[in-house]
Formats: sequence, C-alpha cells, structure tokens
Amino acid sequence: MRVLVSLLAGGLFGAGLLVSGMTDTRKVIGWLDIFGAWDPTLAFVMGGAIIPMFFAWRLAEARGTAPARPETRLSPDLIAGSVLFGAGWGLAGLCPGPAVASLSFGGWNGALFFASMCAGMAALPPVRKLWTGPPAHSI
Amino acid sequence: MPLDWMMGLVGGLMIGTAAAIYLLLGGRVMGASGILGGLVDGSGRAGERLAFVAGLIAVPAVIVAVQGGAQTHLTSNVATVVAAGLLVGFGTRLANGCTSGHGVCGISRLSPRGIVATLIYLLAGAVMVVAMRGLFQ
Repeated sequence: MRVLVSLLAGGLFGAGLLVSGMTDTRKVIGWLDIFGAWDPTLAFVMGGAIIPMFFAWRLAEARGTAPARPETRLSPDLIAGSVLFGAGWGLAGLCPGPAVASLSFGGWNGALFFASMCAGMAALPPVRKLWTGPPAHSI
Repeated sequence: MPLDWMMGLVGGLMIGTAAAIYLLLGGRVMGASGILGGLVDGSGRAGERLAFVAGLIAVPAVIVAVQGGAQTHLTSNVATVVAAGLLVGFGTRLANGCTSGHGVCGISRLSPRGIVATLIYLLAGAVMVVAMRGLFQ
C-alpha cells in the first residue's frame, strides 16, 4: 500500500513539476532574477502547491495522523544548509525534485547534476564527523 | 493571466495534491531531498523511496515522449553543473529539506523552520543569480 501511494505521489509530483515549468532552469533562474527580467511563475507554483497541503495538514492534525516535526528550533544547520542549497539552486536552476523529474530528457549534464547532487548528499555524514571532531574526553 | 502563470498554478496544484496524498495516505512529509537522501544514506524504507523516485522519473518521461519538446536549458558548463549539484545535495541534507519539503510542506504547515529555510534559500539563490551575471556579463 505504502509503495503504491509513493509511486502515485511521485508520478503526480513529477507531472506537476513538468507542467508548471519547474524542470526548465530558465524559469527558475528567471524567478530568482529579482533585479533583472523577473519571472513570477514560481510564485504561482508555490501558491498552487500550498493550497491543497494547507487543508491536508488540517485534516491530518484533526485525525491525529500528522507526523511529528523532526526538529522545531531554527538551528545553525538549517540556516547554513539553506544558504548552500540556495546558492546551488541559483547557480544551475535545479533543485532535487526537478533534477530527478528531468532525468529522462535532461541529457548528460542533467545526469551529471543528479550524480553530483547524490555525491553532495553522501558527503554530509563524513563531513559532519570532521566538523564535530572526535568525541571529547570527559574529565 | 499569461499562460505560463496558469500552467504554474495548475502544476502547483498537482504538486500540492501529490504531497497531500503522500501525507494523508502515506503518513509522511513529501520532501524530494529527504526521500532521495534516504536512499543515498541507506536509511531504510528503500521500497517506498524507490517507488516514489520511479514515479517521479517515469511519468515526466512518458509525458515528454508523447508530447515531445521538453528542454531543461541546463548550462553545459561542467564545472558549474558539478558545483551546483554538490551544493544542492549537501545543502538540502544539512538543512533537512528542499523546495518541496520546506517550501511546499513546511509553509503550508506554518512551520517556522520551513518558512525561514524558504526565505533563506530564495535569498541565497537571488544573490547567486546576480553574482553570476556580474561575473559573466
């Protein structure tokens, strides 16, 4: 059942990304280009996506089936990660959903972006270990 | 309203409906980076995650095969593609979410983390676009 729901949600998500134009990097960069030839399409995409989800959250919370928030505080990780992600998003115009959705028609560079994105994801646990260093000895 | 905006709204409603199905029938938050990142990290529920990714690849592939003519307009500069991919992958895992998770699912839940993350990555993206234009034009 969960596998079927995932397949259905993934398929509809992919169709929505394609229809909305979010697999086109020119549209995304046009949206981020607030000081240039600004393209407001992404605002309509976000707005359209938030409407059904707003009601879905209310329903899930009323039924008591809403998943718990994994973390609630505004951590340094959230801020630093969002800065890095935003920089990469502005650089190429792709975020994870559209990067996967465009794999069949994105050519070799699209595949290279996808592979680099997976490498970046895989790099987080070892880099985080470097950051925090070996566990401190207790005195 | 220009056609692009209409298509954006229709596509957005489809994305939101997909997220609603995932939440109400699957009991989970639909975040592309979380679903894919879990596969990369090997952190379980691989069947569900693979099914999601399979749908996400297959449906656009079929639509493009039938209609034809989809273009991503991704830059052909290899260094830019690799740098952007690494930043997006690392950043979304560090922030524990991307456009779908923090943007669509977080904002609609009125989650402070989702709202703050969205504002920050939009700002960082806008700064990067301006910086790139300054460098290359």
